[in-house]
Amino acid sequence: MTRPRPRPRTPESESETRNPTGGGATAMRLIVPLQGVVQGRGGLILGSLIPCALFYFFQLYLKRHRSPKPGSNPTSPSQSSSNLPDLQRSSSRSNLSSRGSIGPVQVSSRASSIARPNDSPYYIGLDRVSEDPYHRLDNPNGIIQLGLSENRLCFDLIEKWLSENTKDSVMGRDGGDLSISGIAPYQPSDGLVEFKVAMADFMSQVMGRAVSFDPSQMVLTAGATPALEILCFCLADPGNAFLVPTPYYPGFDRDMKWRTGVELIPVHCRSTDNFIISITALDQAFNQTRKRGIKVRGILISNPSNPVGNLLPRETLYNLLDFAREKNIHIVSDEIFAGSMYGSEEFVSMAEILDMEDIDKNRIHIVYGLSKDLALPGFRVGVIYSFNESVLVAAKKLTRFSSISAPTQRLLISMVSDTRFIQEYIETNKKRIREMHDLFVEGLKQLGIKCAQSCAGLYCWADMSGLISSYSEKGELELWDKLLNIAKINVTPGSACHCIEPGWFRCCFTTLSQEDVVIVIERIRKVAETCKILS
Amino acid sequence: MAIEIEQPSVGLSKVAVSETHGEDSPYFAGWKAYDENPYDELTNPSGVIQMGLAENQVSFDLLEAFLETHSEASSWGKGASGFRENALFQDYHGLLSFRKAMASFMEQIRGGSAKFDPERVVLTAGATAANELLTFILADPGDALLVPTPYYPGFDRDLRWRTGVKIVPIHCDSSNNFQITPQALEAAYSEAEAMNIKVRGVLITNPSNPLGATIQRSVLEEIFDFVTRKNIHLVSDEIYSGSVFSSSEFISIAEILEARQYKNSERVHIVYSLSKDLGLPGFRVGTIYSYNDEVVTTARRMSSFTLISSQTQHLLASMLSNKEFTENYIKTNRERLRKRYNMIIEGLRSAGIECLKGNAGLFCWMNLSPLLEKPTREGELALWNSMLHEVKLNISPGSSCHSSEPGWFRVCFANMSEQTLEVALKRIHNFMKNRERDRNLKVI
Repeated sequence: MTRPRPRPRTPESESETRNPTGGGATAMRLIVPLQGVVQGRGGLILGSLIPCALFYFFQLYLKRHRSPKPGSNPTSPSQSSSNLPDLQRSSSRSNLSSRGSIGPVQVSSRASSIARPNDSPYYIGLDRVSEDPYHRLDNPNGIIQLGLSENRLCFDLIEKWLSENTKDSVMGRDGGDLSISGIAPYQPSDGLVEFKVAMADFMSQVMGRAVSFDPSQMVLTAGATPALEILCFCLADPGNAFLVPTPYYPGFDRDMKWRTGVELIPVHCRSTDNFIISITALDQAFNQTRKRGIKVRGILISNPSNPVGNLLPRETLYNLLDFAREKNIHIVSDEIFAGSMYGSEEFVSMAEILDMEDIDKNRIHIVYGLSKDLALPGFRVGVIYSFNESVLVAAKKLTRFSSISAPTQRLLISMVSDTRFIQEYIETNKKRIREMHDLFVEGLKQLGIKCAQSCAGLYCWADMSGLISSYSEKGELELWDKLLNIAKINVTPGSACHCIEPGWFRCCFTTLSQEDVVIVIERIRKVAETCKILS
Repeated sequence: MAIEIEQPSVGLSKVAVSETHGEDSPYFAGWKAYDENPYDELTNPSGVIQMGLAENQVSFDLLEAFLETHSEASSWGKGASGFRENALFQDYHGLLSFRKAMASFMEQIRGGSAKFDPERVVLTAGATAANELLTFILADPGDALLVPTPYYPGFDRDLRWRTGVKIVPIHCDSSNNFQITPQALEAAYSEAEAMNIKVRGVLITNPSNPLGATIQRSVLEEIFDFVTRKNIHLVSDEIYSGSVFSSSEFISIAEILEARQYKNSERVHIVYSLSKDLGLPGFRVGTIYSYNDEVVTTARRMSSFTLISSQTQHLLASMLSNKEFTENYIKTNRERLRKRYNMIIEGLRSAGIECLKGNAGLFCWMNLSPLLEKPTREGELALWNSMLHEVKLNISPGSSCHSSEPGWFRVCFANMSEQTLEVALKRIHNFMKNRERDRNLKVI
């Protein structure tokens, strides 16, 4: 079982400092004459060539005399592929046996980095929960999941709607006509027109009707994950960068960088600002990046934000727009939690800001999806909403790699167009998230743990810096480890979100019941007490 | 404000502005002509008949019948948890029940001649995504895949656009029925080497698109030996494996590997999808089946960008795990496709047109080279234009498939009713008759 503590990448695995036997004396015998050579004629060149040559021959010697590893059998198809340590073993199979080739067949360097074991606590935590998931009856000592921002609070509403409207049919055809010829053939890869119309209206409704969305500016994708990646591919070349305010959703590091070759530059936000981005910090980050010779293509914001759960004020949105104009870069606004508001503040979409501005919309792109607000992550529904024609044209073509399944679109068209139902859903959802939030935050307060001010999202951003032994990332990860292995709860540490202040943790509470919350708080309390004793 | 100073427009990426999506080729231009004037038996009998889309519509009735008689496939199951679990399920491993069903379906298609392990099935939203994903995994930007010509026009976009990977063609021609030869393989490899391009693998489509023919066992063995010698990968796109007219004629690379006890198999990856065999392209269901653990792990993680809706997985899992249904479907689908194929071959032959001898797929590879004014690409495109605008048939010119010999066309026959096919054949008949008559007139 992999240990939860993230292993910093040390050069242990690539140790090349093999001292020849005889240690110091031999070394001196080599070095002294070398020094003489360097100081004499031929100087630096010989002085550097000779050690290189010696090193090369030494490696050659070692290679020839390395005992051949036992040749393992070619992997049969029945071998499980989930045990990563096995992978390393099979790829170090004796190279010398394959016909004239050097080593086993290689994958691309892109793939090699992706295949490596997960070293982020975000992913490690998720893996641990799936190995030992809490269940009230079957596994009461299992790990309680607080690391996945999923909303389980309102499924009863959706199930009720399904049973009343689709006769329990997966295909979702009203009237029970299961005609497959309508949905089986090729559809436009960027989504059915009726679904776009339904989604445009849904987004407007979810955002309080403060703005309306035009279906012709929409491109639908199999989830918000590819929506973001596609935008990245359209707006930036490999080696370019996006500025991202921290703390940010750990998934961005994967979704936006893996295949695009794009860099993410963190713009640090502070608790004193309630983690709202400052233009000064943005400007600094922009300049520093430019100095490194990297071209900044845009800013990626999450609004409502993840992991903090606050909203960007109107003023900040205007400032961001001005900044983007000044530098001639894009803004991507991930608004996937817009319908998961529980506070009294008003959510302002980037689209609303643009409604009032008459110019320069070409740099603004919004990402949305149904995974959070409608709690349907399995159905894979994402949206790119852009004001830039060329981006829409390119993105539409790219959706062929990430299209939404037609029967799913059909099922959701009727659900999402039912404005009365959606209204009821939004209101009930809001109420239930708020109740759970208040319960959880109050529970933490009793333990002396304060949370950042938030009014949206499925989580809270808790300040546990009082519990960590040293005010550093190391201290934070030690606490995370304790919470995971002793308290047996999976929370996301701020360092996984690139937070510059140690001690913050994201706790998702919408996968819990009220009883679970009590248990979670109790478990945290036990660990908190031991931390206080030690400090 | 007196003078409006124009701000430099905000830039887009090279990917966004490049032409590598290939949508300006005749392959796609024909579609536009069809979209503007689509044939309809009743409302537009003189419209363009779409024969450029490889879609399978001959067996919908079987799918519908299944859904009607098996309500459990189209329901969420007993109790609330069925829907809830399904809606929350976004694990990139995919539903186990669905992976098992896919593996078993793939085994059935191959008549049990190869076994498939559900743990090696990676799900993607369509074969398009599967091919792109594999390219990302097997090759770095600037590297190349060798692909035999003629090939599916979509590859230019799917394999190259976002990946930055190149395609180097393996030239095949009619002298040996467009089969891949060891010489052609070596020549392609050398060509890449000469351009200083690193070859990472060979990608074959078996049965072939656009040829509509399976690859022979001996050729498969040669290809496999070639990739082993060069220590590169082999991707076998077997998307038409269930559309072979006679079950005994399809040899999958999986069989070759099994016969060799999987020696050197870690370089082989199979792509499959339900878009052609099951006629469900709208559902977006594709898979990568790899014999390489690292590729399976990586592909699985990368599939987060292209997951199949859990609802769809659930629906298809019950359909594909029903052995009675799948056996009957595979058999019936094959027969109907064979019947269509015979119909079109006969129809073309009686019009004086020959096709490559085919045994699979949703199309035939038609030889119109005798009709070319000039045996060049331009001549072919001129003929294609006449077919599109005079005869009102959208067929795909060989040049869009990178065929080295001009005059060949891919003609799809499974995306329409039999009546429509009759109409299309009649139009071709008339076209040929008129040409004959015009030629005779010229002689006089």
